[in-house]
Amino acid sequence: MTDRPGNNVVFTMSGFRHGIRTVVPVLPSFLPFGLVVGLESAGQGLSILEAGLMSLLVFAGTSQLVALGAWADPVPILAVTLAALVVNLRMAPMSAALAPWFHGLRGWRLWGSLFTVTDHSFALSVNAMRSGQKDAAYLLGLGIPGWLFWTFCVVMGHALSGFVTIQPGHPLLFAGLATMCALTVTLWRSRADLLPWGIAGAAGLSVAALGLPQPWPVLVGAIAGSAIGAARDMRR
Amino acid sequence: MTLRWDVLLAILGMALVTFAVRAGGYAVLRAWKPPRFVDAMLNHMPGCIFVAFILPSVALQGAWHIAAAAVAILCMRLTRMLTVSIIASVAALWLLRGTP
Repeated sequence: MTDRPGNNVVFTMSGFRHGIRTVVPVLPSFLPFGLVVGLESAGQGLSILEAGLMSLLVFAGTSQLVALGAWADPVPILAVTLAALVVNLRMAPMSAALAPWFHGLRGWRLWGSLFTVTDHSFALSVNAMRSGQKDAAYLLGLGIPGWLFWTFCVVMGHALSGFVTIQPGHPLLFAGLATMCALTVTLWRSRADLLPWGIAGAAGLSVAALGLPQPWPVLVGAIAGSAIGAARDMRR
Repeated sequence: MTLRWDVLLAILGMALVTFAVRAGGYAVLRAWKPPRFVDAMLNHMPGCIFVAFILPSVALQGAWHIAAAAVAILCMRLTRMLTVSIIASVAALWLLRGTP
């Protein structure tokens, strides 16, 4: 899959615009989860500036929510940093899977694109890459509007905090997982995915059933599932 | 509009490790040419990451959450519209079990 180097990947304005056109219709999907993160930041005593800054610099919703759950005064800096690390570990194999595009980039194009890898932009980019698209600016075109709109949603949520409250277990908190469920549908290629996906799910469930929290289920599941898939592909 | 030093440090810590994870997954491959087996694994990674993240998180929350996840998947399959699918899924959960 990683044909390199200089695998005729390009980085053009038209690819960037294609990304923007693709992501704009799905931007509203950031809204429920962003509002929840904003409300939670206000609930934990962050100022609107601090909430906005966190979203701009971290830009990873689930980890922001988990870290805010561990918030206190003074802030347990090490604990929330570790929480972000653990929750976001799943992004490492994501950026690795986009390697064929990244191999063709350097400098700000490379590091800027890597900064904007999210569940959304990853799923959409994998699909474009699989269909043979060679314009890596597509990822950044998906990422930058998502980044700005995400921050906007969080700031909005913070501003609404005087009027709305969200209890633990509120259905809106499911928006993040619902987004990932829907994105998974777009990653389905054929029945050949059934075996690796099944193993990934079963392994993830088993690890979780042993009482280990994320990221262990996702890491063990993703590695087990893709190893089985790779073993089958190489025997053919 | 306050910005406290401990909050700023926590945000910077979170930002630093998150970028390290995002960039690190690829940086390893830039420095080291992986064997064919790892390449073949990366080809399967995308779907496997999502399935292995979602399934435990949803299943451990119980039947209503599983149903809401099924609504998201079904709606996405039928409509291919992300925003609609998320709203349908959250609304299904809301209807099934109400607000706490």
